[in-house]
Amino acid sequence: MNAALETHGLGKRYGSRWALRDCSLAVPEGSVAALVGPNGAGKTTLLHLAVGLAPPSAGDARILGWSAREQPELVLPRIGFVAQEHPLYRGFTIAEMLKLGRKLNPSWDAALAHERIERLGLSLKQKAGTLSGGQQAQVALTLALAKRPELLVLDEPMAALDPIARREFLGALMEAVAEGGLTVILSSHIIADLERVCDHLVVLAGGAVQLAGPLEDVVSEHRLLTGPRGDADEVARVHAVIEERHSERQTTLLVRANGHVYDARWEVTPVGLEDIVLGYLGRR
Amino acid sequence: MIDFHLDSRSGVPTYLQIVQQVRQAIPLGLLASGDQLPTVKDVVAHLAINPNTVLKAYRDLDHEGLVEARRGQGTFVSSRVLPDPPRDVAGLQRELGEWVKRARAAGVDDEGLYALFGTVLHRMERAA
Repeated sequence: MNAALETHGLGKRYGSRWALRDCSLAVPEGSVAALVGPNGAGKTTLLHLAVGLAPPSAGDARILGWSAREQPELVLPRIGFVAQEHPLYRGFTIAEMLKLGRKLNPSWDAALAHERIERLGLSLKQKAGTLSGGQQAQVALTLALAKRPELLVLDEPMAALDPIARREFLGALMEAVAEGGLTVILSSHIIADLERVCDHLVVLAGGAVQLAGPLEDVVSEHRLLTGPRGDADEVARVHAVIEERHSERQTTLLVRANGHVYDARWEVTPVGLEDIVLGYLGRR
Repeated sequence: MIDFHLDSRSGVPTYLQIVQQVRQAIPLGLLASGDQLPTVKDVVAHLAINPNTVLKAYRDLDHEGLVEARRGQGTFVSSRVLPDPPRDVAGLQRELGEWVKRARAAGVDDEGLYALFGTVLHRMERAA
């Protein structure tokens, strides 16, 4: 399978601090990948390095097989990037933004852009500055999609949106994915939303990749083990213990199971994505 | 056309919720042979879920023989599906309505209703 994004030992240092360190991962073409982690985890840094907005301090990043910094002409026309808080030119009308998009992008799909603006119930004469947060996000998505990208990168696209606007935004995004030929990478910290839309997961914390893989595998491999208070040594010999919590009488383990867990001491239950992610974030 | 809905707290995987809603709609007569299921694009736009989830659900239903994909047209309830005519759905609904009223009068809230129903169902499954 080809990778839409592939990084090897990618790192970025600001002064003496590594914002991202030794990051190696691959996001398969056609997937909808979630990049999750707390603020300051290195999510934006990783995305900026990927699309060539900043030079790496170490390692390399390839999009669709090419480096965005070394061969921007082979990468930039094929990707859409929506930066955090989806900045638009506030004084521009929607018509002016669409015109700009058409002038700047040879592959511009004007029909798609107009159809989406119409379905959003927006007028071409409206200025970006007068739109609600949800509408701005939708317009930014429209501009990115009208470029007909093969890879769409969205940095915290829903951070400022209320639940209804988030649902509408993700619905529009998934509709675009359903048409085929599009890979999506989006960063977010709203895990409940991601679970519905994503099929690939990358967990980032402290500038390092904590967990990466197909979402289905991630969820099916993790288990919650609950039993009388005790140590985790025996379990840890077979399975990866991600997190352990002890109360007065009880011990709870989050494990990445290596096959089945056969041990009468533990009650084994499946665990949801949110708890898995939190387990990894608590570990660093 | 059937309108899918999701219960994110149920713990049931999303694709399975779609499968179950189609399975349940057929014997109730809400879906009949030849009826079209919503397109993948419509479902994902409405529910904001990954297209693969819908494809997986439709594929499972296809394997079960409940629906068939027609190239370029969409997914339709299979012509081989000859559901039992809905027997006394209205009567069952009415009696359940009475039961809900009694439970409410006894101070059981909605969550309690689900729990009661689930418990009884679970017990009967165990006994069977």
